[in-house]
Amino acid sequence: MRLDLTHIQRWIRPKSKVLDLGCGNGEFLQMLVQQRGVDGLGLEIDQDNITEAISRGLNIVEQNLDDGLANFPDQSFDTVVMAHALQAVHYPHKILDEMLRVGRECVVTFPNFGHWRCRLYLGAHGRMPVSKSMPYSWYDTPNIHFCTVSDFEQLCADRGIKILGREMVGNTERKPLLASSWPNLFATTAIYHITR
Amino acid sequence: MSNTGQNPAAPGDSGPSMAFVTPQIAHFDEPLTLACGRQLAAYDLVFETYGELNQDKSNAVLICHALSGNHHAAGYYTADDKKPGWWDECIGPGKPVDTNKFFVLSLNNLGGCHGSTGPSSVNPDTGKPWGPDFPVLRARDWVHSQARLADKLGIECWAAVIGGSLGGMQALRWSLEYPERVKHCVTIASAMKLSAQNIAFNEIARQAILADPGYADGHYQENNSVPHKGLGLARMVGHITYLSDDAMAKKFGRDLATGTLETGSDDNVEFQVESYLRHQGRQFSESFDANTYILMTRALDYFDLAREYSHDPVAAFRHASCSYLVLSFSTDWRFPPARSREIVDALIAAGRPVSYAEIEADEGHDAFLLPIPRYQNVFIAYMQRVGAEL
Repeated sequence: MRLDLTHIQRWIRPKSKVLDLGCGNGEFLQMLVQQRGVDGLGLEIDQDNITEAISRGLNIVEQNLDDGLANFPDQSFDTVVMAHALQAVHYPHKILDEMLRVGRECVVTFPNFGHWRCRLYLGAHGRMPVSKSMPYSWYDTPNIHFCTVSDFEQLCADRGIKILGREMVGNTERKPLLASSWPNLFATTAIYHITR
Repeated sequence: MSNTGQNPAAPGDSGPSMAFVTPQIAHFDEPLTLACGRQLAAYDLVFETYGELNQDKSNAVLICHALSGNHHAAGYYTADDKKPGWWDECIGPGKPVDTNKFFVLSLNNLGGCHGSTGPSSVNPDTGKPWGPDFPVLRARDWVHSQARLADKLGIECWAAVIGGSLGGMQALRWSLEYPERVKHCVTIASAMKLSAQNIAFNEIARQAILADPGYADGHYQENNSVPHKGLGLARMVGHITYLSDDAMAKKFGRDLATGTLETGSDDNVEFQVESYLRHQGRQFSESFDANTYILMTRALDYFDLAREYSHDPVAAFRHASCSYLVLSFSTDWRFPPARSREIVDALIAAGRPVSYAEIEADEGHDAFLLPIPRYQNVFIAYMQRVGAEL
């Protein structure tokens, strides 16, 4: 289980309705179903992931997030979750709007491109960072919209999105003081609990 | 039931994936009021079963056949059979509809021509074949007639009702007519209603049959004729729509069955695709009843899932209480993925549990009958869940 996913859990109310955008192989959604008794639906686009998630007994619909969520009624879910997919969609601001329309609350996680290692890499090499957690070359990558913690909070301010809570994850499982004090520099992953 | 015979299992049998199967006939004496307002005083349904019904009768799965299907969905009748049942790829031990886990029932729809009461049966009022006077049927009539069969077998609730194409429509109808009797509905390569283009193809098929002098206004049995040409032509048209452009290109290309296109030759040229379609048409016209074909295509055309729910599929699905699996195939242009998405979107809006996958496949509508790995994997994954809930 990725570290950001274990953090999201506590923002999900037991027995609530959860829509998981880009649910991958369904590991996280299954945990929510088993531990929180949620009524969950996952959207995914990868064929093998869909099969694996269905085999976990989950409801999974094949849907491309770039096509929007027009097929979902307003406020039809308690929480809409999107873990590590924001940077991979064509219009992050549009999908955020859609998430906030469909869900009463949303949880978003993304890799923080403002992390000091990214800055150092770009500064020292003058080239786009490539690392273990971001192993792609700039021209062939699913991650087409990297942003920083500050970028995201600016977007929230610009679009009237309320931040209910945030959690910063560093490199280790022990909560790093640095990441919570200077998130834009030290958080590897940012987790936001938002509403409108 | 006139025949409750067990299917004799021959352990160690090689070849067939299941023990040999034997069709059974259930007779019903209570009159059945049909959607058209007419009544059938009595009727037979021919069916087959695969696997064992468990003690609490909770593992029963109903298979709904498509336009030209029948009750023989899986297995073999004898060791000499060239082919197994029409959906043997998906029904059997270790297959998506796993007969080690499920008790599978497959029947010939009312109005069919393979043993269930239909236009070629004798009308008790006249002593003559029903022919074109057989009542017009809707999918809901099949559902109601099948509910009585379930009653006879003591099956209160299906673990799953499964169907492709027209069978998928019927499975959807089951979930609305008897919400308390369906736990899971699997609808494959289907739609909530046909498009104008789709109805148009069916109308060409019907006109081909009607135009054949052998059809004799539908009284061909008394006339001792068979509308081979018309029925064959109907099948040829249908068959084209079940395949994709790519699949036909791959299968036939511009290959010739006979003759040559060399300049200076006036050999009779026949393309492979012509020869294939003629063969398919001929074979079909020898094994299928023309009035049944007309009846089935009409049932297909008239099907409109949401008609009596104010034409609102979301309102319709609010009446359901089962979970759904919807599958479509990328090159299916007869029942394209967009039609399946409409089902999924209505289910989502109605708050029903649903899973959906669009399978990449070159084979067009026929893909639902074929062993395509991703299709089978998703189907297996879902049916494991159905099995786990027994």
